[in-house]
Amino acid sequence: MTDILIHLLLTIFMPPLLLGVIGKTKAAFAGRVGAPFLQPYYDLAKLIRKGSVFSDTTTWIFRAGPIVTLAATLVAALLIPLGSHNSPVSFAGDMVLFAYLFALGRFFTTTAALDTGSSFEGMGAAREATFACLAEPTLFFTLMTLSRLSGSLSLTPMLTNLTVSLWFRAGAALILLVGGMFIVLLAENCRIPFDDPTTHLELTMIHEVMVLDHSGPAFAYILYGAAVKLFVIGAFFIHIALPIKTGNPLLDWGVFILSMLGLAVAIGVVESIMARLRLLRIPQLLVAACILSAFSMLLILR
Amino acid sequence: MSEFADQLLVLVMLINFLVLGSSRMAIAIRAVAVQGVVLGMLPAIIHSFSWHLVAIVIGMILAKGVFIPWLLFGAMHKVQIKREVEPFIGYVSTLLIGAITTALAFVFAAKLPLAPEHQGLLLVPASIATTITGFLTLTTRRKAISQVIGYLILENGIFIFGLLLTSAMPVMVEAGALLDLLVGIFVMGIVINHISNEFSSIDTSRLTALKE
Amino acid sequence: MFYSLVLLPIAGALLAWFTPSNRHRPLVLPVFALLHLTMVADAVISPPLPSPGGWIALDPIGKLFLATITLLFLACAFYAVGYLSYRQERSNRVLCMGLLVCLSAMTLVTISHHLGLLWVAIETTTLAMAPLIYFNRNARSIEATWKYMLICSVGIALALLGLFFLAYSTIVARQEVTLLLEPLIASANRLSPAWLNAAFIFLLVGFGTKMGLAPLHTWKPDAYGEAPGLVGALLAGGLVNCAFLAIIRVYQICMRADDTAFYHNAMIAMGLVSMAFAAVFVVRQADFKRMLAYSSVEHVGILAVALGLGGDALFGALFHVINNGLTKGVLFLSSGNIHRAYGSKNCEQVKGAFQRVPWSAGLFLAGFIAITGSPPFSPFLSEFTIISSIFGKGEMLTGALFLIFLAIIFLGMASSVLPVVMGKTSPAVVKSNYRDRLLTVAPPLFLMAIILMLGLWIPAPLRELLQQSAQLLEVRR
Repeated sequence: MTDILIHLLLTIFMPPLLLGVIGKTKAAFAGRVGAPFLQPYYDLAKLIRKGSVFSDTTTWIFRAGPIVTLAATLVAALLIPLGSHNSPVSFAGDMVLFAYLFALGRFFTTTAALDTGSSFEGMGAAREATFACLAEPTLFFTLMTLSRLSGSLSLTPMLTNLTVSLWFRAGAALILLVGGMFIVLLAENCRIPFDDPTTHLELTMIHEVMVLDHSGPAFAYILYGAAVKLFVIGAFFIHIALPIKTGNPLLDWGVFILSMLGLAVAIGVVESIMARLRLLRIPQLLVAACILSAFSMLLILR
Repeated sequence: MSEFADQLLVLVMLINFLVLGSSRMAIAIRAVAVQGVVLGMLPAIIHSFSWHLVAIVIGMILAKGVFIPWLLFGAMHKVQIKREVEPFIGYVSTLLIGAITTALAFVFAAKLPLAPEHQGLLLVPASIATTITGFLTLTTRRKAISQVIGYLILENGIFIFGLLLTSAMPVMVEAGALLDLLVGIFVMGIVINHISNEFSSIDTSRLTALKE
Repeated sequence: MFYSLVLLPIAGALLAWFTPSNRHRPLVLPVFALLHLTMVADAVISPPLPSPGGWIALDPIGKLFLATITLLFLACAFYAVGYLSYRQERSNRVLCMGLLVCLSAMTLVTISHHLGLLWVAIETTTLAMAPLIYFNRNARSIEATWKYMLICSVGIALALLGLFFLAYSTIVARQEVTLLLEPLIASANRLSPAWLNAAFIFLLVGFGTKMGLAPLHTWKPDAYGEAPGLVGALLAGGLVNCAFLAIIRVYQICMRADDTAFYHNAMIAMGLVSMAFAAVFVVRQADFKRMLAYSSVEHVGILAVALGLGGDALFGALFHVINNGLTKGVLFLSSGNIHRAYGSKNCEQVKGAFQRVPWSAGLFLAGFIAITGSPPFSPFLSEFTIISSIFGKGEMLTGALFLIFLAIIFLGMASSVLPVVMGKTSPAVVKSNYRDRLLTVAPPLFLMAIILMLGLWIPAPLRELLQQSAQLLEVRR
């Protein structure tokens, strides 16, 4: 019961902190002091208090977009185990639901963007859909590999089954998965080198350009949803990359939080040392990620 | 130790993908050098110690890891080759073809009537996949130097299969393989130089005076 | 004895390398060619020598190929003296050395009974030939050399993979792991059939590339067209035979396997495809040296078909090795003369060679008649043996295709060769001071005389040698 409570608390309150850590890391690399760690919380609080403006040409889809996306992401967060603790909700085949909850969120984000009728947002929606198509196979190959390794179709046994000793038995396959999933983690969460979350030029945006017309609380939901998504996929990634288990529940929570913060630092480092890729090169990298995970599955199936 | 050998072979196959997908010549040359070194270490891992083995390992690492990349880089700087690889087919398509053939290599290798002690080893699929990658690079790249890289990968693939036999084959054949590679590259390098003098580029797709 | 056969040309190569004078260096070639010929004659006639560890031996097949190569090389060596006196503007150091290294490697091919050694020797011939093709140092010869190197290197690499498969078939079958010919032949029926098949395919493709079996012949027209005439002669008469010998060695092993149908069919199919390619491309070929290259592809096809058929055709195939090798020598050497005399090898410009270089033109015509299988020359005999054997076996479709391709190639070559030799020299063609000389005419004439003699009368020892060789290739279980 405490575990579930901690799970919920972490899911709700930790995600913006990751963004703060990423921002701080980047600032450190740039030699700046940077915004405080809690800046994303202030931003969200400010946006929530603001009013909203909705264009006359939009329909209910535009209003539903941010809410459905956030809801879908939060449900997905219920399916994923954090650290070595079981997830609150778990059943056979929930990995498919997990993958498609993100797809549902994306569907609503893109349709909401299309609903505005703006050409910029349409462009963003097209890019988002294209890259998502290329990123999805990687996620599925990864899920299939993991389910083969654990002999289970549910996320909780699948991910908690991963141990350090498994790394010695199937290290090559797991390295490939880590490589592929890290690329997907960056792509799904619109980080550099795929997308620059801080860019101000609409033509180069992917995700940001879709949400230009949202304001106030709706925009807050979007930002918060994005943070939760980063948290969830990050937690997934941590399971594969750092399957450390101490046995002590409380210590495990500590390990989990530390590794999530470490991941955020890693993302910040990547963002600091890499430039954004040309749009043409993005599919190439995503296909490479897909091949890595497919190859990993091949090694496991053999 | 065969598990460690398997990890190395996975690395070899990843390098195949890297060569297929990378657009920069220098990356491809370095990748092939790393592949050569990894392959050079393999015999030491899967076979027990002997002086013959030491000779092979040192020879392989020096030749594939040091000498040939040095030759290739030398040719690249001397002829001032542009950094881009310039394939006939796009990177993503060659990468996909490479991935599919690698998958097929695994399927195919599982059906081969191997000796019982070699069953389940990664050597055979890695050999097939690397050989095919070499072919793919050889045929889809426009520049002479990329074709040499493709040939090297092809040779690496053949060498991997040869690892199944190293305990049973006399040293001469291996030396021959190495020698042929060295001299072949050497002669090719000279030819590349002359190609550059005559055409001021080493784009073999310009070599079209002779055709039906 | 064996060592000296191989090392003698190497000594010659070193001598050529260190000879300072460009004018006198080519003289090394005929001296060493004569020495090599006498040593070969001695080795062929004398009783079989003890073979060191089974790696090196001279069996009847090897004798046959060795004799052909040394005769052809002798002719080319004398020709080279005449040819290089015209090419004094360019250093011939690499050419002379390359030729002798190539002779050494070709000798090693014929005497090696270890497939690994054989492979190394074939690889050496490939490498030694590359600078020779590049002798003219222009853009076209670079292109030809590049194609030759790349395609042949890939072929050789595949052949190595084939050898590995062959060795692996012994591992799978729990036999002694070896690449020595005799133990492999002895244990062929116990080898793993799947791996033996794979080995056969890769070796056929690999050495077939070197030999020029279609569709792996694409380097051939370029290399033959751009190389000097005497290099073309050695490529078409020497290297092709070496690669064919390598295939024969593999075939010897495969013929002892339990089920040989696959090998027969593969050889016949490859051969017919080669002939078909040659028939398509030889027609309306504007460049007479490239035409000769396609003729070479055709004859390689004939050899493959004959080898695949087995039985009486084997005698024809082995006899055809000699005939094709020597006739190609005549054709390439004489066409080199015509090329020199006109400064062109385009049939549009080269016409009426009879008036300008009567001896070379006559030899070219005679060579054409011989290579297309017309009496009284020896290729007629060997091709006739093969054809009668095809129909004797009731392979009507193969026989019909074979004859159709031969007819098309005859017509195609005739339409190019006859104007070149007989037509009228157009006044627009530049004059050249090249005229027939003893050293550039006598060598092809010598080869032509051998072909004519073999066409009229086969000496009894040769017949015996051919029969012994053919027996080695029979299917036997």
